[in-house]
Amino acid sequence: MVLRGAVSLSLALPLRAGAVSLSLALPLRASAQEPDPAQRRPQQHDRFVFALGSRAGEVVAPDDVVLGEPQLFAYPMDPTTTVVRDGSRLNQVMLVRLDPADLTDETLARAADGIVAYSGVCSHTGCDVTEWLSGPRMLLCPCHDSEFDPADAARVDIGPAPRRLAALPLGIEDGALVAAGSFVGRVGAAEQ
Amino acid sequence: MTRSRLAPATTLTLVALGLASGLIAARQPGGYTAVTDARLLNPEPHNWLMYRRTYDGWGYSPLDQITTQNVGDLRPIWSFSTGVREGHESPPIVNDGRMFVSTPQNQVLALDAATGDLLWRYVRELPEDLQQLHPTNRGVALYGDRVFIGTVDTHVVALDAETGDVVWDQPVEDHATGYYITMAPLVADGKVMVGTSGGELGIRAFVAALDADTGREVWKTHTVPAPDEPGNDTWPGESWRTGGASVWVTATYDPDLNQTYWGTGNPGPWIGDMRPGDNLYTNSVLALDAGTGEIKGYHQYHHNGSWDWDEIDAPLLIDIERDGRTIPALVHPGRNGYLWLLERQADGIEFVDAHRYVYQNAFTAIDRQTGRPSYDLEHTPGTGRPAVFCPSLSGGKNWPPAAFNPNTRLLYIPANENLCTSMEGREVEYTPGRTFTGARSELRLRDGADHIGELQAWNLDTGEQVWSREFASQNWGPVLTTGGGLVLAGGTNDRFFRAFDASTGDQLWEIRTNSGVIGVPSSYAVDGRQYIAVQSGWGVDAQRMQTGLDRFRGERTHIPQGGVVWVFALPD
Repeated sequence: MVLRGAVSLSLALPLRAGAVSLSLALPLRASAQEPDPAQRRPQQHDRFVFALGSRAGEVVAPDDVVLGEPQLFAYPMDPTTTVVRDGSRLNQVMLVRLDPADLTDETLARAADGIVAYSGVCSHTGCDVTEWLSGPRMLLCPCHDSEFDPADAARVDIGPAPRRLAALPLGIEDGALVAAGSFVGRVGAAEQ
Repeated sequence: MTRSRLAPATTLTLVALGLASGLIAARQPGGYTAVTDARLLNPEPHNWLMYRRTYDGWGYSPLDQITTQNVGDLRPIWSFSTGVREGHESPPIVNDGRMFVSTPQNQVLALDAATGDLLWRYVRELPEDLQQLHPTNRGVALYGDRVFIGTVDTHVVALDAETGDVVWDQPVEDHATGYYITMAPLVADGKVMVGTSGGELGIRAFVAALDADTGREVWKTHTVPAPDEPGNDTWPGESWRTGGASVWVTATYDPDLNQTYWGTGNPGPWIGDMRPGDNLYTNSVLALDAGTGEIKGYHQYHHNGSWDWDEIDAPLLIDIERDGRTIPALVHPGRNGYLWLLERQADGIEFVDAHRYVYQNAFTAIDRQTGRPSYDLEHTPGTGRPAVFCPSLSGGKNWPPAAFNPNTRLLYIPANENLCTSMEGREVEYTPGRTFTGARSELRLRDGADHIGELQAWNLDTGEQVWSREFASQNWGPVLTTGGGLVLAGGTNDRFFRAFDASTGDQLWEIRTNSGVIGVPSSYAVDGRQYIAVQSGWGVDAQRMQTGLDRFRGERTHIPQGGVVWVFALPD
């Protein structure tokens, strides 16, 4: 039976087909030298632009992120080239302003003037975390109702999400809201 | 990028493929029995060749080795861990001793149905930016020497049934705009048919029929009519473009009429006052000509929906007796809480009757001639106007299929009672691929509720409920019924899979599995031995309902995840 199992595994042609595309893809990726800047994850010093709504594409100023309001969806923007990194939905960032007194030490260290930033993509199955519970001040994914606490590093409060949302450290440079680093933690769905 | 840099990898791959070919030749277990139109129309009793085994959607196996008398001796024969989390909803589909079962993330396992040996495994590399509102797959389809699967990144893939080799891989739509596929394809009239999900993401759904040989599209019929088509006037302005009417459960098929019967989902956004009108063909059954895709008839269960009650489950085709007349019926236990009986005809669908089977407070009446419901606005959410309605948005019954046993002539409905939803609409702007429900909702339990899940048995000739089993947990268990007089289902959060007497509802056997059983059970025989097979693997909507209940009750319930294929039989 063991032998039969071993033979079966070597028969798994689709797995091998996957290996084909991998072996082709790696040289392609390497030869491209620089990835498409619009697809790159947020970089230190990136600014932010509104991802949605009537102000889509406009730069987000610190005052645009208002205490008590739902999360604001934004894309990072390279401050030099002004390329907006909207080439992947995995680059979308949620900005929320909270009372700094409510933040855990870990979160406070990444916050800028009470503003915190997290990946907008749920760690469960990759949906957009679009909902805001104003009472408990929780981020809620509408797909499977996972709640994340923005004051505590987007820790999972309830629901099927297996891990917190990736966090993005923020800073204020020359009065502008900027990324102070790259994502901390894994971006996107747990399994796929 | 240069050709020379690619060459080494390609060469290595060819060597690997060559080696594999030699191994394949050594491991041919007696040849694969091709699946023909004739076999799909009249499957051998020992096989389960499609989603519900037969085109009428009964979920009935005529096998009678396992009976009400001996089912107490049923025991596991083999199991197989899929290594995948989330909702394992697909039936083990069996053709002459070979089992094909799909998992979330669109893997396909080919297993020896008697021993559990793995024959091959298809693993799909999904896009990293994919969002999965419904991380599941509801099964494969068989035709010729191929296995077909629809994918969450909106392709249909044809695999070689012997090897798992990809024969063709055809995109049906762009997943980035919110379309995805979870249903088992329907093979009928020589074509592979799939519907598209994405009703929460602003899609305009369709059913597509692909040529089984090539994957080329033969026809495509949208479930929301365009301006030059009848029914578009039931949509204001441009709202039809994002109208939803998703299709995510396998259709049934009447070969005599050559018509396929598809259930459709709710309109988008969820709230009716955002799109005044009937919103055809949402929350309907659509009769599509299998050859051309032409809409031959429809019945809309409820117009201008505001409750997220997708009526996606395909109607069962059952001849029922009413007033001394035999009616070729379409039978649909609706998410809206009513059991719908319709008559299928060559040129349309006629309303016959409707029976409420769970508490429902949104409809005030149903027109006895047309079946059109009237609504209670107090229980109809609006934009900026919250309302509480029952059953919950998950419905009296969701996708888990009901079953019909021709011996008892009973229909078995997996239902959820005592649940309601509080919902409020709010304005929403369409962005491709993003949530477009325009609503926020919460699950509620009715005061005094002593149970949620039910398994109900209905006599369709009299329109009466014959028996009902109650469960403390919600019930998300697809139903199997057999010639041995059994009904088998799981569906509860306590991980049990159970057998009941199909006539009385008495529980005869149960086994506690690894996870919650939300898979479609099937039955088959190899070398004269009858097996019952089902996947245990909790997730998706059953899990979402658990989260909602936990939030309502202030509790935390842990239900283990991870899929396992279970196969049971009587001792040798």
